Amino acid sequence: MDYFLVVLLQIAGAVGNLALISVGLAVIFGMMRVINLAHGEFIMLGGFAAISSVQAGINIWLSMLVIAPLSVAMLGIVVERLVMRRLYGRMVDTMLASWGLSLLLIGLATTFFGNRVVGIAAPVGSFRIGDYSLGAYDFVLAGVVLVIFAGGYAVLRFTRAGLIARATMQNREMASSLGIEPSRVYAITFAIGSALSGLAGGLLAPISGVLPTMGVAYVAKAFITVITGGASVITGTALSSTLLGSINTVSTFVTTPVLGDVALLLAATIFLRLLPTGITGRIFKGAP
Amino acid sequence: MTFSAFSRVGGTHIALAAIAMLAAITILPGFAPLYTLINVTLYMSMGVFALSLALLWGYGGILCFGQSAFFGLGAYAYAIAAINFGDTTLAAVFAILIPALFAAGLGYFLFYGRLSDVYLGVITLTVTLILFKLINSTGGDAWRIGEARLGGFNGIPNTPLLTMPFSGIPLSPAQMFTLAAILLFATYALCKVLIVTRFGRAVIAVRENEMRAELLGYNAKRLKLAVFVISAGIAGLAGLLFATSVFVSPTMFSLSMAAQVLIWVVVGGLGTLFGPVAACFALQMATAALGKLGLVDPNIVLGLVLIVFVVFVPGGIQPALAALYNRIVSPARQSRTLEEVSR
Amino acid sequence: MSDYLLEAQDVAMHFGGVKALDGVDFRLKKGDLRCLLGPNGAGKSTFFRCLTGTYKPTRGHILFKGTDIAGKERHDIARAGIGVKTQVPSLFDGLTVHENLWLALRTVQSAAARKEKIADVMERVGISSLSDHVLGRMAHGQRQLVELAMVVASNPDLVLLDEPAAGMTDGEVERLASIIRDLNRTHTVVVVEHDMHFIRMIADQVTVFHQGRILAEGHVESILANQTVRDVYLGKKHVA
Repeated sequence: MDYFLVVLLQIAGAVGNLALISVGLAVIFGMMRVINLAHGEFIMLGGFAAISSVQAGINIWLSMLVIAPLSVAMLGIVVERLVMRRLYGRMVDTMLASWGLSLLLIGLATTFFGNRVVGIAAPVGSFRIGDYSLGAYDFVLAGVVLVIFAGGYAVLRFTRAGLIARATMQNREMASSLGIEPSRVYAITFAIGSALSGLAGGLLAPISGVLPTMGVAYVAKAFITVITGGASVITGTALSSTLLGSINTVSTFVTTPVLGDVALLLAATIFLRLLPTGITGRIFKGAP
Repeated sequence: MTFSAFSRVGGTHIALAAIAMLAAITILPGFAPLYTLINVTLYMSMGVFALSLALLWGYGGILCFGQSAFFGLGAYAYAIAAINFGDTTLAAVFAILIPALFAAGLGYFLFYGRLSDVYLGVITLTVTLILFKLINSTGGDAWRIGEARLGGFNGIPNTPLLTMPFSGIPLSPAQMFTLAAILLFATYALCKVLIVTRFGRAVIAVRENEMRAELLGYNAKRLKLAVFVISAGIAGLAGLLFATSVFVSPTMFSLSMAAQVLIWVVVGGLGTLFGPVAACFALQMATAALGKLGLVDPNIVLGLVLIVFVVFVPGGIQPALAALYNRIVSPARQSRTLEEVSR
Repeated sequence: MSDYLLEAQDVAMHFGGVKALDGVDFRLKKGDLRCLLGPNGAGKSTFFRCLTGTYKPTRGHILFKGTDIAGKERHDIARAGIGVKTQVPSLFDGLTVHENLWLALRTVQSAAARKEKIADVMERVGISSLSDHVLGRMAHGQRQLVELAMVVASNPDLVLLDEPAAGMTDGEVERLASIIRDLNRTHTVVVVEHDMHFIRMIADQVTVFHQGRILAEGHVESILANQTVRDVYLGKKHVA
């Protein structure tokens, strides 16, 4: 019974993790059809921001939950203004340009932070369920993820800002003729998406440590999760994270971590073959 | 870019390339230091790799994020076959055949499944990542195909060198250089010829407008599959050349390798053949030089180059240079077209 | 062996709950020139797309030269001998007019024969002067003509034209009408159209669609005089 509970919690943890690293990319992709391949590096920089902040003496929670997202949001604003703004509508070009950005950021991070793994200790300890010891930090993470998703859903669904965002996403021309300024919506959206990525990086810093090249592992998984999820930002990401995260965890249990990752990728590939526009392209279509 | 532009200059380009190749193989082996010869051989193998994507993406319109998968498969197929069979000529055939077969299967899955471009790109990316992860974890004696240990993240260190067919004598670096140069030229010529054949033109038609091509009776899926398979074979050939110049390792499947070849095509010019090869050489030399100087991390330069090109020179170097050339050489032509259109 | 070139039997097309086509029976003899009419949403474009292979009918058979083509792949239908001009001109924009036509001659083997055929078709449609122009930069009316030329060049047994006159000037429409009448001397033609004036210029027989079914069929003048048809167009009546 305990084992079963632990496995379930592991799955939940993996799902939450996947959702956390994907939601930033999902916001930007879902709203603007921009595929930001520098997403992994945004996460990495969020991690470095959190760590640098902690090393400067700032409280760890503040570092992870405030400093990290804000720093990366600022970077996001700059990137959107200088690069992305010129490429809207050109999906392939945004992918390529953001890939260039990714390389640039890796290079810069390697230059400034060096090539070693840096880490910080988890701010909360562990607790026991029966014979098993679990990290309480995982629960913190799960909690944050739930807040983000629930909050995001609520904002998109029930607030005026959310309505404007969804309108612009569906029909840019119409939105602008209604007095909404699409470029402002895009700028804000990109900032929010970047902030979420930075937040993910900050929160994951105690778990995995930060390295300039860590982004590569995240971007592929996030990318695949987002595409499998389909157009709906919250619902799509939630569904695909649940699906792929579960498959990943179960496969890892049954075989090895490497094969678990392979299983995730294979599952996504099969899903895309069956549902070419992602899960929410068919089911829950139009949900926020 | 129109057909007529290509077919008119196709022969000229091939001739120029032939001259360059002949010059290189007669002059360099005699005068250049060994280190340079090996480096250039390596660059040429990458050049073939660049051509494979230039053909697939530039002419076929298929954005394959995971072209490195075929590159790596070619190298591994060669190494494993060479170690097991001893005959490197046969192994070379495997280097081309295995990626082509893999592409046939993958391509069938992709093109007959009505997936849109973006998703196709993602899936090819995941494929190369899957291969990377899988092969990376094959360390230890347990993982072997026949006599060949896969080697995990270390790769296969003693990749058999290519030998002269029928004699078993390994090729010298100078001979490898010559072979690579000839193969690069041959691949270039093959691609150039291919795009003016009826098959090539049909592929371009599918790229330009798939629905219209189908309405004219062209089997779009089969054409895309064909160019995908051909491109995979070429990438496999590149892998073979790379393997014999350096060694075989999982990094051939990595995201970095997949990114580089994309960058070469973007910078060189999507829709051209020479451009990506030139960009490949230029960027590789730049990266090596930067690495040696130690001033700037090469990623910074590569990243900036890619961003700048995508934003400011989206067509790449070759078309930009060609347009410039046209404007200088025949400005009259341009104004005539504008005149006609405004009537 | 039927003496109809095209015969649609009880063709239905459902999109989820929407019945875009609800049991259409349609027959066409070789050499006919038929116009498909009907208000927006009547089903004529849907029917058209079932004929071209863009849609796979939910139900029914479409016999072309005796073989059922319903649900077949677009390129197979094209190879069977159906040439299509789409509602929004679908062309190879990056290529020249000459190259577009070259591609339309997929089955012509010799280069010399192709060259001759291209010149011939350009003459027939009146676009010879545009041979080296890149399509992307051409005016809409000219693009329509090029597409028409491509369809003619591919020498199909059945020519399907979806709103060929859309966006054309009066002069261009006149020219188009004469091209189509000329085309009909050697090919069977089906035209989907809105423009009544244009229809009168070319049509012989018309078929009126309404709510996914065929409402009326017959000679153009008598159909247009038909009260039920007029009511449907003016929105007065919904036929049960």
